[in-house]
Amino acid sequence: MKRFYQQELEDIRTKLVLIGEKAKEAANIATEGFLENDLEKLKRAIEMDKAIDQLEAEIDQESVRYITLRSPVSIDVRYILVAIKASHDLERAGDEAEKIALQAKKILSKDGVSGETAAIGTMNTLASSMMQDAITAFIEEDIELARDVIARDKEVNKLNKENFKFFSQGPESDRTENATHFQKIFISKSIERIADHAKNLAEEVIYLLTGP
Amino acid sequence: MSKSVPKETSDAPAKNSPIIKIRNFDFAYGDAQALFDINMDIYEKEVTAFIGPSGCGKSTFLRCFNRMNDLIDIASIKNGEIGISGVNIYEKEIDVIELRKHVGMVFQKSNPFPKSIYENVAYGLRIQNIKKKSEIDAVVEECLRSAALWDEVKDRLNESALGMSGGQQQRLCIARALAVRPRILLMDEPCSALDPIATAKIEELIYELKKQYTIIIVTHSMQQAARVSDRTAFFYLGKLIEYGQTDQIFMNPNDEKTEAYISGRFG
Repeated sequence: MKRFYQQELEDIRTKLVLIGEKAKEAANIATEGFLENDLEKLKRAIEMDKAIDQLEAEIDQESVRYITLRSPVSIDVRYILVAIKASHDLERAGDEAEKIALQAKKILSKDGVSGETAAIGTMNTLASSMMQDAITAFIEEDIELARDVIARDKEVNKLNKENFKFFSQGPESDRTENATHFQKIFISKSIERIADHAKNLAEEVIYLLTGP
Repeated sequence: MSKSVPKETSDAPAKNSPIIKIRNFDFAYGDAQALFDINMDIYEKEVTAFIGPSGCGKSTFLRCFNRMNDLIDIASIKNGEIGISGVNIYEKEIDVIELRKHVGMVFQKSNPFPKSIYENVAYGLRIQNIKKKSEIDAVVEECLRSAALWDEVKDRLNESALGMSGGQQQRLCIARALAVRPRILLMDEPCSALDPIATAKIEELIYELKKQYTIIIVTHSMQQAARVSDRTAFFYLGKLIEYGQTDQIFMNPNDEKTEAYISGRFG
């Protein structure tokens, strides 16, 4: 029997997918803005954070309401717990996107162009596809896809380490007068964190589907 | 005498207008006062839940809305009034039978008449002297449909209602109450004798019925009050302790007694 409040759970699910899409889009726009020297994209990525924060607050509020009023059990209660945890992860991913945009703005204001970007573009492609697949795994309840997302995190971590080495020890680090290599290290770290949040989301999907 | 309406503890605007206004209402069984200075508004086409520990007066209060307490010799209104659609139902000239047509009631234990399913629903129409079979047929079907029972009983309308399951009997009692076209339905722990599936069906029914009716439900199940009601009133020792939007009462009650009761720390 479908209960009259089932729709409330659907509404939370819809918002969770939406915050995931927005966080992924913000991260993409921020990194593209950096790679393409596009201040307009950076501005848009920063502006998106507010909507992401708002969605997280709504998911939080609606989840607490659902637990209080609907007495969920089994997969329904896991669903709510995942909604709270995942929305927090996605909000943090949105924060990282904002950080990328802010660091990129600093670089562009100093150098006018992004200059050497090492593996940042590749990292972003990987992190973005991890986020997309984690969202798909949630929507389609696909455990295998979720496991695949988790496995791919290592590659992003590896690239981040390489970036760190490159920007801290390589030719970029010599530009002490106008050092933007720190900003690039921060951008690389933020993308690595976005991949971590995608991995967390994938782990939460597995918890949702299999239980503790 | 103060006529002020008690402060509702949430700021959300009322979606519907009040259909029942209770003002300074005191009620007693002999010398024992059961309700103390109750002030509240009940809103049209909403579900209002009364919760509170046993003996808090919630069922007594519910029975005041269709003057069921008139049947108890020692029961008396000490003060105040209950207005339904602007009319004080305790005025002398009120026709109580007419009042009970407008304010139907469903009890804790289902109490179908020892008659057929059809006759149970038709009964209220027959005592109103409605004789036209096609008219009665139409109302019986409509009410059984409204009570989410039609599909289960349409092929055995002439069988005894006593052969139905407990949940079906309770829904039949709801259909019987609907047949006389009430505006308000009082439900006194309608699910306390039912299993979880039958309870869920009644709750679904309550959700559907509130589109047309104002429903007041007394329940010992706080989960049920939380699930089905728009507003909740918490009673303790005959007093209305807190009344507000159900979301607010269960998520952030203002009174510490409400907090303690809903979280299971007393009662």
